[in-house]
Amino acid sequence: MTNEVKGRFGRFGGQFVPETLMTALQELDEAYDQLNEDSSFQDELRYYLKNYVGRETPLYFAERLTKEFGGAKIYLKREDLNHTGAHKINNALGQALLAKRMGKKRIVAETGAGQHGVATATACALLDLECIVYMGAEDVKRQALNVFRMELLGTKVVAVDKGSATLKDAVNEALRHWVTNVDDTHYILGSAMGPHPFPTIVRDFQRIIGDETKAQILEAEQRLPDAVVACIGGGSNSIGMFYPFVEDKEVALYGVEAAGKGIETGKHAAAINGGQTGVLHGAYMHLLQDENGFVQEAHSISAGLDYPGVGPEHSYLHDIGRATYVSATDEEAIEGVKLLCRTEGILPALESAHAISYASKLAKTMTPDEIIVICLSGRGDKDVHTISEALGGDLA
Amino acid sequence: MSLLKDAILSVTSQGDKAFIPYIMAGDGGLEKLKPTILKLQQLGVTAIEVGIPFTDPVADGPTIERAGERALANGTTLRKVVETLNSFADEITVPLVAMTYLNPILAYGVESFSAEAKAAGIRGVIVPDMPLEEREIIHPTLSDAGIDLVQLVSLTSTPERMERLTKASEGFIYAVTVNGITGARSSFANELEEHFKKIQSYTDTPVLAGFGISTPDQVKNFGAFCSGVIVGSKIVDSLVNEDWTTIEELVAAAKTAVV
Repeated sequence: MTNEVKGRFGRFGGQFVPETLMTALQELDEAYDQLNEDSSFQDELRYYLKNYVGRETPLYFAERLTKEFGGAKIYLKREDLNHTGAHKINNALGQALLAKRMGKKRIVAETGAGQHGVATATACALLDLECIVYMGAEDVKRQALNVFRMELLGTKVVAVDKGSATLKDAVNEALRHWVTNVDDTHYILGSAMGPHPFPTIVRDFQRIIGDETKAQILEAEQRLPDAVVACIGGGSNSIGMFYPFVEDKEVALYGVEAAGKGIETGKHAAAINGGQTGVLHGAYMHLLQDENGFVQEAHSISAGLDYPGVGPEHSYLHDIGRATYVSATDEEAIEGVKLLCRTEGILPALESAHAISYASKLAKTMTPDEIIVICLSGRGDKDVHTISEALGGDLA
Repeated sequence: MSLLKDAILSVTSQGDKAFIPYIMAGDGGLEKLKPTILKLQQLGVTAIEVGIPFTDPVADGPTIERAGERALANGTTLRKVVETLNSFADEITVPLVAMTYLNPILAYGVESFSAEAKAAGIRGVIVPDMPLEEREIIHPTLSDAGIDLVQLVSLTSTPERMERLTKASEGFIYAVTVNGITGARSSFANELEEHFKKIQSYTDTPVLAGFGISTPDQVKNFGAFCSGVIVGSKIVDSLVNEDWTTIEELVAAAKTAVV
């Protein structure tokens, strides 16, 4: 286990929140511990994951991508095939069921790319919960399609024009909303970040990615992969993929941060590779900040990775050297999108394309009898305008 | 010994209520800090809460958040505020209480901050994003420097937490009067009086009410069942408008709180 002291991952994590939220976090912690051992809750979650989300998702051998890379054998964990198009639904549905069991009537959430917002809006429609989603005004522009989807699903989307008007500011507003309405509202945090117990809850709802992968690769190859690669913003798809492999030391874990225009330019979202440790949004973690402790804006072409912090469990895995944190630039991510489209006929989310890009380098250093699993965390339909713009097109 | 607590008790022992205005350091420029503090202490405030701007002030409402944005735009940092205070520390006669989010203290270095803040007249610190459970990260160092760490108690704090918070709080107890963020409000829950009595039952440290107090009437109403009040957003707005009359009325209300 990576959290020996509850709520802590080594020196990271914790509960750095206003006192008004402490009782709610403790209630959530207790309710979650109880439900974790409640087989009727687990059965209900499994039922929806299978029949509604469409799990399990395939572990697909990408033959043409393997040839293109010219090295290790490449498998793709197809989280893009989930209902709503990304891994985010695993957590949103789990937490919405949890909120319902806790007797909460309303849900608040933040969203960056809009995938978590859409997933939460979907789960709330399904379970008849009132839902309000905060989204940075910049992201509302970048992800107009997802805003429309959320509204169709009956969710109220509030554009946040403060600060950098991106994910971090949406989290601030969602936290403020929660502080003010804590009695009847549950906050569905979308990534493996924030105050305890969120990093643990989100990881547990996302570990199905790694659990399925493990069973599937053992069936296909009769052995574990040599490496798994996943992109990291807050780090929910990656921790979900990594966690079941943490004790399997022969499996190398690679988290790919967003290097934006390049870490050396300062315009990036690589908290581990380009930040220092600090406190934001309830957790002690790696954070982009200046010498005064002010949080700096993150930059990434992918709205879902555009966050200045990183989940505390990743900071810990980095600290102990169990996982390796690397990065890919905006440009490399675009190349990753093009590559996967052409070789496999799959349009990946810009977030996931960061993992594709790094895997292309890693594979070349490995032999054909070695195996890499890439977490394809989401599909790229939401990104077509951004991709078109980056390629000089005028779709946007 | 707590200078902060002593300052509050010396006011309440005379039948008045403590009055602590909140100001945002650097709003209107750091050069305003000295005249504002000197004028407030001249009006007879008990202590002054000096807000430090932060990029992500999750506990603050729109008024203080905007003041913080203006202060940040002026280049205000925790270090510069401490330096500025230090430049006229010998003229400061009331205890200062710094309200800052945790990360600027961590970036400053807890030890340097404690030593330099003490020299600058800071007698207490409030960290809105650091609950009791996490306070070991700065408390021992502050304590060695003789700076009080003030805890907030909220309406949602369970009785068990309330007891721990009140016993741990130094200087005074900051009782949050609403669920939510800072800012003016027109109505307050009726159960507040009971809530304050409950808090005071655990401790002889004075209890002050804060968040959402904006009128002389509210100062009097809250003063009736606690040791005093903290007024934030209304003071910040009044300072921007240079409306000292409003500030004088609020301070005066505390002096005659007990009718």
